[in-house]
Amino acid sequence: MSFNWRSTWSIYQRELLRFLRTAFQSILSPVLTTSLYFIVFGAAIGGRMPDLGGVDYAAFIIPGLLMLTLLGETTSNSSFGIYMPRFTGTIYELLSAPVGVAETLVGFVGAAATKSLILAAIILATATLFVDYSIAHPVWAVIYIMLVAAAFSLFGFILGVWADNFEKLGIIPMLILTPLTFLGGTFYSIEMLPSPWDKIALANPIVYLVNGLRWTFYGSSDVSFGVSLGITLGFLTVCTIIIAVIFRTGWRLRN
Amino acid sequence: MEPILELDGLSKTYPGGLKALDAVDLTVHKGEIFALLGPNGAGKTTLIGAVCGLVRPTGGTMRAFGHDLSTDWRRARARIGLVPQELATDMFEPVIRAVSYSRGLFGLPPDKARIEEILRALSLWDKCDERIMALSGGMKRRVLIAKALAHEPDLLFLDEPTAGVDVELRRDMWKLIGAMRERGVTIILTTHYIEEAEEMADRVGVIRKGRLLMVDDKAAMMARLGRTEALIDLDQPLAELPAALAGFPVHLERDGHQLCYRGGDGSGKGKAEVAALVKALVSAGIGFVGIDIHESSLEDIFVDLVAEQGA
Ligand SMILES: Nc1ncnc2c1ncn2[C@@H]1O[C@H](COP(=O)(O)OP(=O)(O)OP(=O)(O)O)[C@@H](O)[C@H]1O
Ligand SMILES: [Mg+2]
Repeated sequence: MSFNWRSTWSIYQRELLRFLRTAFQSILSPVLTTSLYFIVFGAAIGGRMPDLGGVDYAAFIIPGLLMLTLLGETTSNSSFGIYMPRFTGTIYELLSAPVGVAETLVGFVGAAATKSLILAAIILATATLFVDYSIAHPVWAVIYIMLVAAAFSLFGFILGVWADNFEKLGIIPMLILTPLTFLGGTFYSIEMLPSPWDKIALANPIVYLVNGLRWTFYGSSDVSFGVSLGITLGFLTVCTIIIAVIFRTGWRLRN
Repeated sequence: MEPILELDGLSKTYPGGLKALDAVDLTVHKGEIFALLGPNGAGKTTLIGAVCGLVRPTGGTMRAFGHDLSTDWRRARARIGLVPQELATDMFEPVIRAVSYSRGLFGLPPDKARIEEILRALSLWDKCDERIMALSGGMKRRVLIAKALAHEPDLLFLDEPTAGVDVELRRDMWKLIGAMRERGVTIILTTHYIEEAEEMADRVGVIRKGRLLMVDDKAAMMARLGRTEALIDLDQPLAELPAALAGFPVHLERDGHQLCYRGGDGSGKGKAEVAALVKALVSAGIGFVGIDIHESSLEDIFVDLVAEQGA
């Protein structure tokens, strides 16, 4: 099978341009939200919290906050990226072009992941305004953020193909993703939970994502980094397979 | 003649059970302009969609440029352009970027000069930095055409290129289509207007309820299907047709207040006959106060055609 790099590049470039067109709102709103979290949880409440695993509370929540924004923004960026063309009919062009699942995915998901990286960088820069922190494993941090961004771009892509109205587009992020992220150990270490909640929390996949990123920052976390990495890669693989099936069958894309 | 597109038993049944295409056999040759005529819901857009990969056929085979479209679609699609019926494009994008994107999407290297040439040919060059939403409806349609031409297709589908555009743009469009034919592009277009088929097409196919009822040379088709209708308002109602009008395909309507002519062959015979009819009226001393003459609509023709098929 041949891979059409020019097509991929065109899709990627166009999606990024679309992002830049709305750069103000796509960047301002996460920056504002993150700042509010820092003010409320970092400064106001954090002062009364003990250090967690030797990390100052305000610094402790950075990886979790980053993950919170990353998951939400990546999913919504990516799902809108494919839902809007379906909704407005502009998808005809993509479907009639000599591009297959690989080009489409690398283009769309690559762009969504790039946006997420830009966002992550901005959030980390914002964080330095509120708290001193350092990153123990910067290379792993970047790799891990990229993996999570790619996985949730794929996930968002599936949502965007599955949804046949705006309500459905918002429902999974709102009803599943947001609660799981809030309960995912952003604001606490699961060791702080009373039994049996500490065990139940381990059933929440987001816990592994937040802790994976926390390990890259501070070298310690509630679960081992290998497990976090494995879960992220597993999720990535499952999403890729689902999308390949969607394209093969034309489900919701072709009549 | 080299076949460009070969459809063999192409069928499409939508999930609801609606049969939009029913075993369509069609061969379109290199360099020709083929017009697909049919009323609303006939299956024209579905047929185009099937070839372009928007609709999954439920039966039959399709070949374009000799490539089987179900397996070798990449090579075939790179040479096919599509202008959709609906105005669907990112309205926030500037014209030139939208057109350059289309070229890239189809895997061609950027070529500023080529894009400029296409935009100029469509009188869009002075609008190239405008956002598409700031353009008029006709201009937006031109942008869609420019997008479809950006990858220099050898086979171009135009799904109702002139629906809802003014006369001037329609003429421009015809000119453009003529120019593309000069360059050797094969064109398949759909239309409701028989006049349009008459103006441009080499061959015409009539589709209704998913079935290709006939495919014929334009001239032969026009002679067969074209009709002229003339309505003559009489100043005095007639009880019955006067003998002077015997031999004309006419009848009375509205209680004898109106004389109705229906005939001709779509190639000028009707107009001549109406002129003769008017002379006959004058010499018979039958007064009239108004004449309305027009070529019959495609819908009328379909009624006849389907009645014929049913018989
Ligand atoms: N996605 C769909 N699902 C179900 N039925 C469909 C779908 N798209 C089209 N149809 C039906 O298939 C038939 C053919 O539609 P199609 O759009 O091909 O007609 P058309 O000849 O292009 O009509 P028009 O002149 O109005 O554009 C119609 O009865 C239509 O309702
Ligand atoms: Mg149509």
